[in-house]
Amino acid sequence: MEITLKINGVEKKLNVEPRTLLAHAIRDAGLTGTHIGCDSSSCGVCTVVLDGKTAVKSCTMFAVMAEGHEITTIEGMAQGGKLHPLQQAFYDQHGLQCGYCTPGMIMAAHVLLQHNPNPTEEEIRFGLSGNLCRCTGYQNIVKAVQQAAQMLQQPAGAAADD
Amino acid sequence: MAVETPNLEPKGIQGLGKAIKRKEDPRFIVGKGNYLDDINLPGMLHMALVHSPYAHAKILNIDTSEALKIPGVKAVITSKDLAAAGLSWIPTLAGDKQMVLADGKVLYQYQEVAAVYAETRQAAADGAAAVQVEYEPLPVVVDPYKATAPDAPVLREDIKGNMTGAHGPRRHDNHIWTWDVGSKDETEKALAASEVRIKQHMVYPRSHPAPLEPCGCIGDMNKATGRLTVYMTTQAPHAIRTVLSLVTGIPENNIRVISPDIGGGFGNKVPVYPGYVCAIVGSIVLGAPVKWVETRTENLTTTGFARDFHMDIEIGATKDGKVTAMKVYTLADHGAFDAAADPSKYPAGLFSICTGSYDFQKAYAEVDAVYTNKAPGGVAYRCSFRVTEASYLIERSMDVLAHELKMDPAELRLKNFIQPSQFPYPSALGWTYDSGDYEKTLKVALGRIGYAELRKEQAEKRAKGELMGIGISTFTEIVGAGPSKDFDILGIKMFDGAEIRVHPSGSAIVRAGTRHQGQGHETTWAQIVSEELGLDVDKIIVEEGDTDTAPYGLGTYASRSTPTAGGAMALGARRIREKAKKIAAHLLEVGEGDVEWVDKKFVVKGVPGKSVTMNEVAFAAYTNLPPGMEPGLETTYYYDPPNLTFPHGAYICVVDIDKGTGEVKVRRFVAIDDCGTIINPMIVEGQVHGGLTEGFAMAFMQEIAFDEQGNNLSSNFTDYLLPTALETPKWETGHTVTPSPHHPIGAKGVGESPTVGSPAAFVNAVVDALAHLGVRHIDMPITREKVWKVLRQAGVDSF
Amino acid sequence: MIPAAFEYKRPMSLEEAISHLAEHGYDARVLAGGQSLIPAMRYRLAQPSVLVDINKLPNLGYLHEENGMLRIGALVRDTDVEFNKNIQSKYHLISDVSMVVADPIVRFRGTVVGSLCHNDPSGDWAAAAIAARAQMVIQGKNGSRVESIDQFLVDSFATSIGEGEMAVEARFPTPNSLTSGAYEKIERKVGDYATAAAAVQIELNPDGTIKEAGIGITAVAHMALRVVEGENLLRGQKPTLELIRAAAEEVRKIADPNPDARGSAEYKKDMARVLVGRGLIKALRRLNVVVA
Repeated sequence: MEITLKINGVEKKLNVEPRTLLAHAIRDAGLTGTHIGCDSSSCGVCTVVLDGKTAVKSCTMFAVMAEGHEITTIEGMAQGGKLHPLQQAFYDQHGLQCGYCTPGMIMAAHVLLQHNPNPTEEEIRFGLSGNLCRCTGYQNIVKAVQQAAQMLQQPAGAAADD
Repeated sequence: MAVETPNLEPKGIQGLGKAIKRKEDPRFIVGKGNYLDDINLPGMLHMALVHSPYAHAKILNIDTSEALKIPGVKAVITSKDLAAAGLSWIPTLAGDKQMVLADGKVLYQYQEVAAVYAETRQAAADGAAAVQVEYEPLPVVVDPYKATAPDAPVLREDIKGNMTGAHGPRRHDNHIWTWDVGSKDETEKALAASEVRIKQHMVYPRSHPAPLEPCGCIGDMNKATGRLTVYMTTQAPHAIRTVLSLVTGIPENNIRVISPDIGGGFGNKVPVYPGYVCAIVGSIVLGAPVKWVETRTENLTTTGFARDFHMDIEIGATKDGKVTAMKVYTLADHGAFDAAADPSKYPAGLFSICTGSYDFQKAYAEVDAVYTNKAPGGVAYRCSFRVTEASYLIERSMDVLAHELKMDPAELRLKNFIQPSQFPYPSALGWTYDSGDYEKTLKVALGRIGYAELRKEQAEKRAKGELMGIGISTFTEIVGAGPSKDFDILGIKMFDGAEIRVHPSGSAIVRAGTRHQGQGHETTWAQIVSEELGLDVDKIIVEEGDTDTAPYGLGTYASRSTPTAGGAMALGARRIREKAKKIAAHLLEVGEGDVEWVDKKFVVKGVPGKSVTMNEVAFAAYTNLPPGMEPGLETTYYYDPPNLTFPHGAYICVVDIDKGTGEVKVRRFVAIDDCGTIINPMIVEGQVHGGLTEGFAMAFMQEIAFDEQGNNLSSNFTDYLLPTALETPKWETGHTVTPSPHHPIGAKGVGESPTVGSPAAFVNAVVDALAHLGVRHIDMPITREKVWKVLRQAGVDSF
Repeated sequence: MIPAAFEYKRPMSLEEAISHLAEHGYDARVLAGGQSLIPAMRYRLAQPSVLVDINKLPNLGYLHEENGMLRIGALVRDTDVEFNKNIQSKYHLISDVSMVVADPIVRFRGTVVGSLCHNDPSGDWAAAAIAARAQMVIQGKNGSRVESIDQFLVDSFATSIGEGEMAVEARFPTPNSLTSGAYEKIERKVGDYATAAAAVQIELNPDGTIKEAGIGITAVAHMALRVVEGENLLRGQKPTLELIRAAAEEVRKIADPNPDARGSAEYKKDMARVLVGRGLIKALRRLNVVVA
């Protein structure tokens, strides 16, 4: 069936089966930053953002269910050639190693900060506990989210320069 | 509190010891990594595999007719089809062979039985579900101790009665090999003469590396050119190319293996798997690219498991705590095929590092390997070959001995450490340790955690009935395989290569035979070259993973990259510097003997102002050479290390135990590592965080378990448990630096120290917390229930 | 892993949804959050021939108090509950549960009503609904009916929802100022099913005795169970540690867990006991009554 998905602000017409997972639809649309790591909704590497404030594991949603929603993937985070503060912070704090969990982790952190702009370390660990990472031991991911929270809370002008 | 960003921009000359941000990160953080499943080729088909529900069964019939009726399904193959191409069995890295698709019988649950090729992933999955296989179940062997019972069912009928294996005589059809090292007689004599002896049985359970990116492969046979391109999640692309050439008969120069970005490997992505072979065969037969990407279940149930060592140790000591001798017997469960990834001469890997950091005068170790109805493997999961098992064995046993002697475990260790003056130290089991200062590292760790205060607190808590424990591990690793006199895989010596090309404008591309999977080679190799050549790191591109361009090398696993390729990188750069020096002398119009390399510039001796940079020399190498000199500034260097390296560390863990539920909470964990010279402290710390987390996972969560029928009980992430950010403790790291005397930059490698060293610290802490209740050992993974049993048996209960 | 093919229905009204369900009977499954159903379909453990996606139905996302009840519409996500300030301050039991269902990302999609309809033997919401004495609203072609949670939860993965019906709302009584609760869960890691878990709710009389008690346990039997005898012991009594011990002990008599990788039957039973005890202590502490 033909569906229209709005991904990172761009409407894409896709031909899918009802059983096509959202993760596959996104990736087949050329946005391969969203990864797949399990079949049981456990690992979270496929996490994308729905309607700005909701994180979903895109392998646990059928593509047809995403019609009418605004989907944001890792490719939609940088704006105007400038990294999103979370992307910058993951880079600054060595918050990634193999990079496979990174997009899902950044999307999950993005939603976490929408609901809790100034989280404690414990709240970050709690909020990211739906996303697995095998490389970093999470410690630098936590630091990265703390840094991003600070960057996002600075006034726009101050955030522009380090 | 403000979070600092102490890490430096990767710009300018940034040599050893600089915490520069990683050069590979910019593509990953915007979602532009290029992993295997991101690659799509025109006309590409998808492959899905059919798996056995039984652990041991005869295959009576395979009916593919329904599958072939599904729209989009192009072909289904079974072992018979592979036999026509001579590919129904392939050699393993350990001198055994394994079925690609089940040949007459299946030997473990989820074994691959048929491959389905289709136009879409949906059709491939539907096709696999439609293949009908008739099985006749056979009796299974799950317990390795029962594998060699006289009446045990014979698993490997293909080698039935053949009592000579790749590693010597076999004494039962399910026995693979026996390997031993050290003097049995002398060790037994020394044990008999010892004032104190302890014996302990312990199991290092079957585990799985489970990188978040599963394994996968795209076979792309171009029939017009006869060239086979293989995209594969492999940590060892060159070794794979050689193996593929040997098994397919395609000349090696007509095979190109590309290992794209890898989403974690941890040893899982070293061997050749049936799925890879089927994707390649499919491409050759069907004339189209074929992609196969594992499901998580396929990953956990069929590809390279690790550990599964069942160990018995006996240690002798004097009454005042000086160790005298050690004897070890290990039963290794290798599953249905011996597909362990070990150097050829070392079927039990480097397990003989089991004397650890201690001065054992006598030692003997013996390992028996057996077949069972489980998946094959035995990979070096985030460790040098079998070093994790050895390290756990000795570090756990030292605590058992301390308990027996009623001695503080730190004191016992301090009493038995190999001393700095003893290096190079010949161990009783035949290794020559390069360097180390174990006492210093332990003392740093004891100070950092406040050991004396913790022991006081523990005594007070114990008096109140509270449970708290402190665990120490002062491990020694053996990594960097290795010197060609001893180390090879399938006969290929375990050197590694580096190619450095400095371009006229002062930028460079460097390539290595290794393949990183998150370790940061694109940054650290650039730092080594920046250090040695004085080039800007931002003008150095590091490339790995394409066998058409990279120099030969055996790949990245077993902490070997820095000891081997890192050495090649430094020595290759120095070779370039030698030539550059001649060019510099020419530019400076002095004799070569008057030029020296100071502050990353060529300077005329005694004339500090007169100098040229490597950038200027590079330009001259293509534009203004001394007469008669070969143009260019490039080299390829193959480094054959003279010895292995021996990183070490001191880890201390503090736990609190919930008396109601048996839950163990890690309160603190201090890790002081000594990996010799540090190339990038930020990356080293990141490696330690990650390795500690995997050690934590092994100690408390990860296990590939089986029931009595051989059913795999850990076939997905709801049953094979990986810790999240919430369970994972916060790590406190630190370093001492004892350079390797033989490595070109003194580095030893670090990626695996924390996985190797930490499990014993966790277990020692838990046992320490329960020691007064009569506990001497608990096997991993330490579940709440195992602790609960101890508590309730001791009458401890609480809401 | 790829689910088997199915027919997809996306009704835009409740009537349309009910008519699809009536037409396809038990071949059809309601798709709300899909957080249990979709993984089961990926493993092909579930192969429904028709999915009725109710996510576009209007007016099922409500979460408000009315007539002494918290009304949770069928499209209310776990996170709607988790992030709700009113629930955090008043509905202690529900708030506790909302923080430990599955994992934080799954909770953005998973629904409270969907979880109750799934009636997984290890489900968190079922135990909470039992302890809080919740009600379910079930809609069919000929109107709706309200059932107590005890009527609604029938057996493992089975409820009283009939063919051609769907649950549209869960109702939790609004706690008064003398009522509190707690949810205590042991899981091997975030995202795991409970090894054992206990939901408790306590209402005190002004004199400090227990007016009403609710205890639900999950993951320790074929389905979530009410610990009736434990509730009876507590009712009318002054809360003491002894009393709590006795009430918690009642768990052992009804828990009948399957041994699995999460633990032996003995362990799970004992954990259910410990968790009931801890839940009661925590609920009382939230009412400023300290018993331990």
